[in-house]
Order: sequence, then C-alpha cells, then structure tokens
Amino acid sequence: MTTVAPTTGEATDSPYALSHLDALESEAVHIFREVAGEFERPVILFSGGKDSIVMLHLALKAFAPAPVPFTLLHVDTGHNFPEVLEYRDRVVAEHGLRLHVASVQEYIDRGALKERPDGTRNPLQTVPLTEKIQAERFDAVFGGGRRDEEKARAKERVFSLRDEFSQWDPRRQRPELWQLYNGRHAPGEHVRVFPLSNWTELDVWQYIAREGIELPQIYFAHERDVFKRSGMWLTAGEWGGPKEGETVEKRLVRYRTVGDMSCTGAVDSDATTLDAVITEIAASRLTERGATRADDKMSEAAMEDRKREGYF
Amino acid sequence: MSTTTEQLADLSATTLLRFATAGSVDDGKSTLVGRLLHDSKSVLTDQLEAVEHASRNRGQEAPDLALLTDGLRAEREQGITIDVAYRYFATPRRRFILADTPGHVQYTRNMVTGASTADLAVVLVDARNGVIEQTRRHAAVAALLRVPHVVLAVNKMDLVDYAEPVFAKIAEEFTAYASDLGVPEITAIPISALAGDNVVEPSANMDWYGGPTVLEHLETVPVSHDLTSCHARLPVQVVIRPQTAEHPDYRGYAGQIAAGTFRVGESVTVLPSGRTSKVSGIDLLGTSVDVAWTPQSVTLLLEDDIDISRGDLIVPSGDAPATSQDVEATVCHVADQPLVVGQRVLLKHTTRTVKAIVKEIPSRLTLDDLSQHPEPGRLVANDIGRVKVRTAEPIALDDYADSRRTGSFLLIDPSDGTTLAAGMAGEAFGGKPQAVHAEESAQATDDDGWDF
Repeated sequence: MTTVAPTTGEATDSPYALSHLDALESEAVHIFREVAGEFERPVILFSGGKDSIVMLHLALKAFAPAPVPFTLLHVDTGHNFPEVLEYRDRVVAEHGLRLHVASVQEYIDRGALKERPDGTRNPLQTVPLTEKIQAERFDAVFGGGRRDEEKARAKERVFSLRDEFSQWDPRRQRPELWQLYNGRHAPGEHVRVFPLSNWTELDVWQYIAREGIELPQIYFAHERDVFKRSGMWLTAGEWGGPKEGETVEKRLVRYRTVGDMSCTGAVDSDATTLDAVITEIAASRLTERGATRADDKMSEAAMEDRKREGYF
Repeated sequence: MSTTTEQLADLSATTLLRFATAGSVDDGKSTLVGRLLHDSKSVLTDQLEAVEHASRNRGQEAPDLALLTDGLRAEREQGITIDVAYRYFATPRRRFILADTPGHVQYTRNMVTGASTADLAVVLVDARNGVIEQTRRHAAVAALLRVPHVVLAVNKMDLVDYAEPVFAKIAEEFTAYASDLGVPEITAIPISALAGDNVVEPSANMDWYGGPTVLEHLETVPVSHDLTSCHARLPVQVVIRPQTAEHPDYRGYAGQIAAGTFRVGESVTVLPSGRTSKVSGIDLLGTSVDVAWTPQSVTLLLEDDIDISRGDLIVPSGDAPATSQDVEATVCHVADQPLVVGQRVLLKHTTRTVKAIVKEIPSRLTLDDLSQHPEPGRLVANDIGRVKVRTAEPIALDDYADSRRTGSFLLIDPSDGTTLAAGMAGEAFGGKPQAVHAEESAQATDDDGWDF
C-alpha cells in the first residue's frame, strides 16, 4: 500500500506520481469529505454489492479514527440473496452504523405497488427509494454508480442534482469544473453523489484485492441451483422461478453484480479467489451489466429512463 | 488470454492520465475516440452488439459507432452530442480518463469543463483545412485552463497523400500560436483516425515521421511534475474529532492536498486567521506518514490546539498567499442566465463559499483572435471575460498560473444554486501579453442560440 517513501517503478514517471488506485481513492475520499462538510443529512445507498461495499470502506478510511458520519439505506426488493442480507446486517453491526430499509415487499403488500407480469422487481425500487428520501429528508444520497457501467451513466455528474420528485434531467446538469463540487439545492431537492464515478469494474476489484475487503460469498464461484431464462442463469427460488419448461440444474457459477434475484444473472465461473476473479474480469469480453442484468436490456434507454424517474 | 498475478500487480501500479479531446464536428473526433477505445479493447462485445442492434433498428446497414458514445435519448434522436461524457480505457502501462467534449457550437463551456481536470488536451485538425478559427479557439482554451500538455493531431493525412510538407506547415503554425499563448508543451502527430495511421499503430504510410503514435504519447507523457517547487496548500474539508475513549484528544484537519508537499515538523500558517503551528503528524487514510503530496487525501495533526474549521487553508509559514476581498480573474460563463455587473453571487473557492458581488466586467475576450471587447456589461453562455469581484470575507487565492486547484473558483447563483461561471485568478494567458483590440468581431458568439 502507500508508504512513506515516494513510489518508484517503471510505470510511474515521477517520485510523486500516484498509482491509479491511489489517485482514485484520494479523489473518492475527497468527495465523501465534501459531502460531510456541506450537507445536513447524507445517506449511503448500501445493497451489500461490491460497489457499495467499496464506498463504505472508503468512507471508513475518510473519517478514521472517527465513525462514518452517514447512515445507510438499503432498498430491499424482497428478492434479495440471503447471503447478501446476512452480510449487510453483519457489516452494519460491526461498524455500529444505522441502517434504513425501504421495502418493496411492504409496498406490494399494502397495494401501493403492483407486481410486474415478468416478476422483475428492480424497476419497482424507484418509488420506495424516492419516498424514503423525502420522508427522511436526506439531502445527499451516495450511490455506487460508475460511469463505465452504461452510456447514460457516462454523462452523470459526481454531484447530480435531483428535483423534489427525485428526477434527473440530463439536459440541465451543472457543468462540473476542477474538483469544485456544487451541492447547492433547494429544500426538497437532493443531490446524488457518485464517489466511484471514475472507477471501472476492474479498478473496483483491484482495490478490493489490495485492501483485503471481505465480500459476500456469491461473488466467488460456488455450486448453485440455477435455470436459464433470456440467456441468463437465474437462481431458483420462491421469488418466481423456474416456471414451466425451465429446468433447474446445478452449476458452478458466480455473480458479477448483486441485485434482485429475478433479474440478476450468474455467470459460469471457476474463480474462487480474488486473483482468479480479477483475471476473469480482465479477460471478459462482456460488461458486467450486459452479462448479468436483464433490466438494462429492456430498451435502448432503459437506464436513462429509470434514472430520470429517480432510480440510482 | 491469460493474466498472471504478477501482471495484475503491474496493472494496479499504473498511473492515471486524464485528458480531453477537442475538435470540430467533422474533424474525426468520434473516429479517433472510437479507435482508441476499440484498439485498446475497451469496447466489449455486448456494447458492440447493442450498437449493431440499434443501428439495424433504424435501418442502417453498418453499425453506427457514434452510438457507442452518444448515451442519451435526445442525443440519439438528434444525432448530436449534448454534453461532456467521460470514457475509460486502459493499456498495460496506464489508465485513462477521457473527457469527451462535443465539438458543436456549445464548445466553450464544454471544453472548459473537460480541460479543467485534464493533464493533456488533444486538439484535432483536418489536414485539408489546416489551422482554422476553431483550432485557435481550442488552443486558447487549453492555454487559458493551463493544460500542461497539448497534442495537435493532424487528422485525415490519408486525404492529403500523407504529405510531410502539409503536416509540417500546420504543426509549425499551431506550435507558434500555442507557444505564444503559453502552452508549455506541444506535440504534433500526423494521423489518420479512419485508416489507423499513428493512432495506436505506427503508420507505414508516413515513414518521414519519427515521433510517437497518439497512444504511445498518452502512455508516456509525465502526469505530475516536480512538486518540491510548488507552494503547498491544504484546504480544510472537515475537522475529525472522534471524542471516543480510544481517541479522546484526536483533532485532525482532513483535506486533499491541493498543491505541493507537507512534512511532519514543518511550520504552518492557517488562513485567513494567520495563526501558526507545526505539523505533528500526517495520517494518510489510516497510515502514519512523514511526508504527503498532492493530490493525496490526508489528515494533518498540529502541535497546538488552534481554531481551524472547514474553509480554512493550511500553508507553510513563509509561503502564504495574500488574502484579499478583491478578486480579479478570467471567467468562462457556463450558465444560460447572464452574469451582469452589480449581481450578487456566491464564490466557491476550494472548501470555502463566500458572498460576493460582481463589481466590474472590464472586458470580454474573443477566442478567435484573442481581441478584447471592453466593458461588455454582461457575459452570456460560453463567453470568456475578465471580471472584478468583491467578496464579503477575505479569501486566500493563488494565481491560477501557480495552482490550478487553489487559483480556481466558481461563481454560483445564490437564488437557485446554478453554477454561473468558472473563474481563474490572475492573468489570463501564460505567454506574451496579447494585443488588446476593441474590435467587435465576436458578435456571433452572442447571438447563436446555444441554450440547451
């Protein structure tokens, strides 16, 4: 990791050059501290996925030895992986954090949301998320979104203003100059903050390896009962699969993203260690979302449309 | 493809280069960006498939590679690029963040945005047209923003028979112009983005050219210079006070070092109060270090318990910038609503936001010929002008020429939070002083409708 002596080596060209991971880490920490300095009620969206885990790790480093000055918010679709929920609760307890949960199931149970015919719950997260933001009067909401994920996200600012309906208007974004982030907002509006904007999937994995960060086990190859739907391996379970004509089989798989079980697919993999996962990612010819997210395939502008409505 | 753990370790030791591209609509910027992404294998199969699928849907036979970069619905509908987008690619030697700035009329604020964080700018010209007004504008923005390295990519060399004299003439003209503006390092490269000459692979068609390809240059250009001569600056973001049993007395000043280096034992002064102390410790995100430098995010511990809060600036004693309530700067206006004399604004400088009033707008700059239009009274979107601002509290502002980080600021509309202007303190350009003309050749910059 970082040492007292300036870094040396062929890849760097000055004794003061930072490695790309150190540069990204420093930038992300700066963003966390800016939010702590300028906002009243920030919250970190925490799903137990690798990006939010890295965000939490960065926040812990940014304010050490003081505690993280933010609470966490999880939008629970009701179809989450049990391994991930277990991880979430353990991490929250370990660091003495406060967790808010917005529950899609609760909305469905009281009739405020309707189950979609395809059973996919990811798009249903927007309403519980935005209502929770309003109810708790959160003024800054950290998301783990990266610009390399999707072309609509490539246009996203680090500080992204949302109106009182949590809507994103890509045409009315503030230019972002130098590292001067403008977080001014009217009451009722909030700012989505993306500290990992400039990270790629590979950066995230390399950083996890460098820092020795623990992840939910579903990120590593394991045997699982899965069935094929729309070209993806989905986990069999009470959420609604398999249907008639879909056969369950045991396969060696792992997940590249974690999300709602109804639309997050596993990939065939024998990568059981961080090094093996990094090797696999570096060689992959598919983006993580292209490989494993059904919801992004719904239309050409699926992500943009959901973001406009307030999705993260 | 096999990657060993050793190679992976090398990957994480690579450095990061941020660069911006600038070019007019038909200069081939998309082709160059596409080729850099494609040839560095940063376009993945599913992304290409999505582009092929979308292209087929609208009846195009060949995949339209512009769809790779035009991410928004409106952009695809209109076939234009609305805004700066950031792209990522990597080679074994370096990681790149590319600020992809659109080349159409909305150029100035977009290029300013892209250039503000760039270590390098690529200015594209069409070999058939040579240095045109737009090229001079791009060079001027790069010089104004003090982008340390500028690459002139003379594109479409295939259309001028790969002729060396064509390239030499353009390179000479551009270099003379950009050097006059104070651009410290200029590298000219003859390319054909379409045919792939000198972008990633050296060209077989231009054996008269002995320099690097675009990618090779991007991989090897230095990303940080000698910091020992820089004025050290740490804007305080937050004060870290755990007040726990384990750390009852810990009081750290957290921030990202904006310039230079800090060492344990160094005498420091806190601005604007002027109180002094000594650095007793530096925490680099959990690791105790003796020295830290820009752009590391650190926490400084001081020997004395003095009053320091967010917005203060910690500097070495004896190397403090002057504090003042009168700011004279060049600004680029980035908002749709104008900036006028007498307007009340907020000025955000590092971690400090203060009330301010626009006292004067002495001139508006015409980027085409660098002439100055005196007393324009107002600045509108994409205008660049000189302003004099009076702040409600003293601020410690460096010259932008000395520090891009502590010499820059934003002007913000207090009523709705809109970012109005990007400011750079001190003289506009680093080179020879420019002749001041009172011509009004910039009429067009006012009247073009570029309100998105």
